[in-house]
Amino acid sequence: MSIISEAKDFLDQTGQISRFAGRFFSHGLKPKFEVKELLVQCYLIGYKSFPLVGLTGFIMGLVLTMQLRPSLVSYGVQSELPVMVGIAIVREIGPVITALIFAGKIGSSIGAELGSMKVTEQIDSMDVSGTNPFKYLVATRVIATSLMLPILTILGDAISLFGAYIGVNIKSVTNIRFFFVQVFESLSYSDVLPAVIKTIFFGFAVGLVGCYKGFNSTKGTQGVGRSANSAVVLSSVLIFILDLLTVQLTNLLGLN
Amino acid sequence: MDMDKETTAVQPTQYHQPISEPVIVIENLYKKFGENVVLEDFSLSVKREENVVVLGKSGAGKSVLIKCIIGLLKPDKGKILVFGEDITMMDEDELATARTKIGFLFQANAIYDSMTVRENLEFPLRRHWNNLGEAEVGKMVKEALENVGLTHTSDMMPAELSGGMLKRIALARTLILKPEIILYDEPTTGLDPITAREIDSLILTLQKKYKTSSIIISHDMNCVKNIADRVVLLLEGKCYADGTYKTLESSSDPKINQFFQ
Repeated sequence: MSIISEAKDFLDQTGQISRFAGRFFSHGLKPKFEVKELLVQCYLIGYKSFPLVGLTGFIMGLVLTMQLRPSLVSYGVQSELPVMVGIAIVREIGPVITALIFAGKIGSSIGAELGSMKVTEQIDSMDVSGTNPFKYLVATRVIATSLMLPILTILGDAISLFGAYIGVNIKSVTNIRFFFVQVFESLSYSDVLPAVIKTIFFGFAVGLVGCYKGFNSTKGTQGVGRSANSAVVLSSVLIFILDLLTVQLTNLLGLN
Repeated sequence: MDMDKETTAVQPTQYHQPISEPVIVIENLYKKFGENVVLEDFSLSVKREENVVVLGKSGAGKSVLIKCIIGLLKPDKGKILVFGEDITMMDEDELATARTKIGFLFQANAIYDSMTVRENLEFPLRRHWNNLGEAEVGKMVKEALENVGLTHTSDMMPAELSGGMLKRIALARTLILKPEIILYDEPTTGLDPITAREIDSLILTLQKKYKTSSIIISHDMNCVKNIADRVVLLLEGKCYADGTYKTLESSSDPKINQFFQ
């Protein structure tokens, strides 16, 4: 019985989020645009997330290199380390880890911010003050997350590759130019473009789920906490599902 | 409506004879959430410069009523005429225009946490009237803060202010557009008795200054006594009684009497 009711809840929520996404495309993208608020959100969401994304990217590149090295040494192909690390970071690990960090930081903050605005009637107050809260709060945040995550991913990938270079240099001395030439020669547009494009969808999912959870927050401060938490959980799951779908799609399109 | 009520309750039209044209006319309002009927055949009219207090138990539908009037909730049936225009039939743009004439003081104040007091006050001005110059906006903000005696708080954040100060700022923000009607959702709830009386007197002073009409939702009987020209009792979704504070206070109907004990 509980499985049935949970399945019902899941389907119900999926339907509601789909409707919320539909509302974003039908109302949120219509003029008049909240350009000033969009720029503020791009700054808060993009610029303020950069230190965390950069730090995690650097550690990820460094650790990945150190973990891969012994295996490659045992096969006698340690010279391929930059190639392997480069492809892993750019195609998969960079976009997914950056998106997960982004979901944890931005998804929860959007869920909590809009949730507390909802329970303290600030969203209603905005409506009364001649402002469409959906356009002002939701559309700006969803567009900002969709635009900022690809940029953060590119920057995160670059810092991650630098971390990988440091990792390579721990055991052997490698010239930085030689390292990056080897990495870039192994990469093609079909590695970079799908990886960056999928982060637009990841960003959209993080923004949309955070806004949906916050906008539908109830039951006071407890509800706000729950909104923030479930925004992170749901957007993280969606990131993996979208990743799976994009891999299948790029396979079908012959981009692998 | 039971027999007891039939015999003792004050009928809605018995006391209030029209003295001027009504600014709000609510006709047969019906609103339900799921199976829970909150408003059922509710009717009310508010005259110019009149203060009408709506009394009722928690969850009786008082806040739902004023949220329907401002267009935050859509009733299932019935009409809400504000200056002769039906709010329930308005589109988004028409509603935005109508809302420049209706102020709403939220129970939780609804002051934007991320903005300073000045930005909070500027927000409705800039959103409703985007052609205002900086000097004009500054002048209106100053006047609004002077009205509530808090000019020194303009650059402060809401977190730095006390509950009473936040209520005053919320009142200043509500009045900044000079609305002709103000809807108050429990204006003194959560305040200490002294601050609550200060808010009562501020409401009355500003009402006289700007000649506004008001609907006030309140459980605070001192506030009701101080402010109300007329008291409406909302029970089981309907207008159970309508009269002056004195008349309802002396009613022998136990359903009315319980609010005045």
